[in-house]
Amino acid sequence: MTSQQERVGVYVCHCGSNIAGVVDVESVVKFAAEELKDRGVVLARDYTFMCSVAGQELIEQDIREQGLTRVVVAACSPHLHEKTFRGACERAGLNPYLAEMASIREHVAWVHSGHAAATAKAKSIVSGTVERVLKNEALDAIKVPIDAATLVVGGGIAGLQAALEVAEAGYEVYLIEREASLGGHMAQFDKTFPTLDCAACILTPKMASAGSHPKIHLFTWSEVEKVEGFVGNYTVSVKKKPRYIDEDVCTGCGICVEKCPVLVVDDNFEAGIGYRKAIYWPFAQAVPNLPVLDPDTCTYFIGAKTKDKGGCKACEIFCPTVPNSILFGQKEERVTLKVGNIILATGWELFNARRIPQYGYGRLANVFSNLELERMCNAAGPTGGKIVLRDGQTAPKAVGIVHCVGSRDRNYNPYCSAICCMQSLKLAHLVKERSGAEVYNFYIDIRTPGKDYDEFYQRVIDEGVHFVRGKVADVSDVPLGPGEESGKLYIQVEDTLAGLQRRIPVDMVVLASGLEPRHDSAEVGKTFGISCSTNGWFIEKHAKLDPIATMTDGVFVAGCAQGPKDIPASVAQGAAAAARVLSYIRQGELALEPVRASVVEEQCSGCRLCNGLCPYNAISFVEERRVSEINAALCQGCGTCVAACPAGAIQGSGYSNEQLFAQIEGLLREVRHETEVV
Amino acid sequence: MKALFYPGCSMQKNARPYLDSLLAIRADIDLELQEIDDWNCCGATEYMSVHRVAAHSLIGRNLALAQQQASDSDVLTAGCSACYLNLAKTDAQMREDAHLNATVNEALAAGGLAYQPGSLKVRHLLDVVCHDIGYAAIKARVVKPLHGLKVAAYYGCQVARPDYDGRWDCHEHPTAMDQLLRALGAEPVEWSLKTQCCGGHMSVIGPEVAFGLIRRLIHGATQAGADLVATLCPMCQLNLDAYQVEMNKHFHSDYQMPVLYFTQLMGLAFGKNAGELGIGKEFVDAAPALAKIQAEAPKVAEAKRKRRPKPSDGLPPPRME
Repeated sequence: MTSQQERVGVYVCHCGSNIAGVVDVESVVKFAAEELKDRGVVLARDYTFMCSVAGQELIEQDIREQGLTRVVVAACSPHLHEKTFRGACERAGLNPYLAEMASIREHVAWVHSGHAAATAKAKSIVSGTVERVLKNEALDAIKVPIDAATLVVGGGIAGLQAALEVAEAGYEVYLIEREASLGGHMAQFDKTFPTLDCAACILTPKMASAGSHPKIHLFTWSEVEKVEGFVGNYTVSVKKKPRYIDEDVCTGCGICVEKCPVLVVDDNFEAGIGYRKAIYWPFAQAVPNLPVLDPDTCTYFIGAKTKDKGGCKACEIFCPTVPNSILFGQKEERVTLKVGNIILATGWELFNARRIPQYGYGRLANVFSNLELERMCNAAGPTGGKIVLRDGQTAPKAVGIVHCVGSRDRNYNPYCSAICCMQSLKLAHLVKERSGAEVYNFYIDIRTPGKDYDEFYQRVIDEGVHFVRGKVADVSDVPLGPGEESGKLYIQVEDTLAGLQRRIPVDMVVLASGLEPRHDSAEVGKTFGISCSTNGWFIEKHAKLDPIATMTDGVFVAGCAQGPKDIPASVAQGAAAAARVLSYIRQGELALEPVRASVVEEQCSGCRLCNGLCPYNAISFVEERRVSEINAALCQGCGTCVAACPAGAIQGSGYSNEQLFAQIEGLLREVRHETEVV
Repeated sequence: MKALFYPGCSMQKNARPYLDSLLAIRADIDLELQEIDDWNCCGATEYMSVHRVAAHSLIGRNLALAQQQASDSDVLTAGCSACYLNLAKTDAQMREDAHLNATVNEALAAGGLAYQPGSLKVRHLLDVVCHDIGYAAIKARVVKPLHGLKVAAYYGCQVARPDYDGRWDCHEHPTAMDQLLRALGAEPVEWSLKTQCCGGHMSVIGPEVAFGLIRRLIHGATQAGADLVATLCPMCQLNLDAYQVEMNKHFHSDYQMPVLYFTQLMGLAFGKNAGELGIGKEFVDAAPALAKIQAEAPKVAEAKRKRRPKPSDGLPPPRME
């Protein structure tokens, strides 16, 4: 019997008092040493912190001196320290996959309080892990080469930073942007908190660098359609939407935009409070400096669609280039790219405040969103930086800023959008500075946890901005009684500090609408093989220790796509993602976890059930042999196919049926003994 | 469609025009109403605060009778908001609260009755009209469209909230009656106070509080340019119409805002005569407003603006889409 030949060492960690405070560690050690002796356990020890250097050396020493062939560490979750202990084994010359962890912290100490029961459960888990490790096989890491080119999706500040960092290190970057220009939401802002430096002044140099960098290949007005492959070897299909402009010929002179007679509301860059032409620049400093034609509003396209004839074509008539830069017949194109790593920086969308009708957004003329006010504050915006009411002329005398619109509200989004408090303070400052209006902030809590953020809050208080603590109930254009003036907006709020109901008349209301994931984040996540949280943000690999990687190797996240964050945090995460990618590139090849599924071809009936179930698209059907085949580099070892295969033809290395049945036997050791006694 | 019908006390007296107009139009919209035999008062808004179990039992009796008499339909509809809410509330709370369910059924058993919560679908009349009969069927019946009539759709506070069974598109700013009015050819005005309180029985208990609330609603409708207010509740109609005169006296104001039931407007559009619909019984005369109804649809302002907007036009207007 194998167990007689194997020499197993069991190590029980105290984790300070994390485990030892609940589990009787010594009793577990005694159990392993005495009761599991016949299962091959030759020694069992406990130690305060197994993960410390001294703890690891203990294992290494025993492997060398006691000739251990299997190691079980009963400590925390393998998520945390499996690599640590496998490393120790490897250093001592033992195949790292012959070590297993028994989670007696997360699965026992942290979830139970009764000593006796917790200790008994810890023993069961150790027993199960010993049985399992006996069936482990020595595995070799899978090595794959890394393609040095990198895909960055999203040209906002996070994506720009990531792209520039990778490109500066000398590697090719493909930067994909859905909109017609780089810049993202940051390009819409006037000033940035807390320093009030101009957003354009700090953003446009980065946009220009990215636009002209020899290593950065720009794909604006483009979207990623399909991703295949695995870390180091991704094949990406990109759809280039037609701009109806010949990018190679157009000089960006702008005559077409000037001559276009169609004016439409710009819901995108101007957030709905400005106009653009049917052929337009996304904004003045757009990169690339090329206009884009919107076929939904262009007279020619509408005419061609409805009446079978074109019309207008002013842009083409006035275009001075030879050949003409306007290409009415341009079609969408598809480009295939080979990359080794992917950074997703797809950003956020604004909460639609129309969903809270009692605030009147979309209905009352002088209720604006925070993004609309950002455009209004911007010197290049539709009002030239003037704070005005809907009539475009009158300056407001009083402005109310409503915080937490759609955020921290179980009717809409439960999370804090993180940036709106500081943005509201900034807008309060700008409105007061430019219009002299009285400004009221209606807040639940003010959250200013960044560097120099609370100082900015104090500054805004000192400037005389009013703060009312209370959630706004209602914004109404109807006076409550004859004492109230008509033509005002009344903010009904419970002032929870004063213990009063207040009705504050203002001329303008600004709603601090929160951040939401992109409406198609779930689809985009699926394209790249990563998942979204219940709130729709991309899930990082580890909330604290790895907020940059994802569960799919070679796919990283940066910026608000992972969760609401401000500009400094987005930049930091973009740079961090680039650093991780560069580290992979420099390694040249990558060792992958050998925990993989494989098909026993003799048993496979070719039913293809597993093909569609694999979340990593790792299984394909081989027509010639009529069997399914698993790409080992693509497989993440999740086990879905192993469980699903009706013929039991799929084996998971590290998770074989033998191992799992042995583990269950071990877990039920006590039960079995009792039954035998009876 | 067929539905069980709970008229409630108001419809017998002060809200008689509501009942009359409903009866006048029911054939047009193919609505067959089966009145619950031997129904009793719903306890209005107050009784629930005085004695919860007794109030639920009072309402439970109506539900039990309806369940017993139900033959072709499990839909129980009421035109009065308070009646509707009480019926819906008792049904919902008996569903959720096993103890209440047992207690109420114990009380009902004394009268030889029983009610199985959830066995009836309690629906407000507007809900049935808009969502079951449907706008298209209603529009098809219109012979005299209400062109040119600007109407403030007023839902009051008890119909769209708390919405136990998810019947309404929006709880704070519903649009069902607005769509109905559009189907009738009228023009619903956009206003802020669709679901604000009319004052309820405060007009009797504390008139000054009610006057303030009534004034706000009447002022809001006037400010929005409405010719009249359309309502779906006898209490709302009574407060806004009968107490409008008192409110004017209190504030030395001179508002003249007629308040009609949506069923009366449906009747007009279906070509019924005003008398048959109970029009003329209101305190604030609706005749001047109804005189605005034009035979022809008013010309919609040229939607396509050829001219480019100038700075004096201001910012693009707000939109709900």
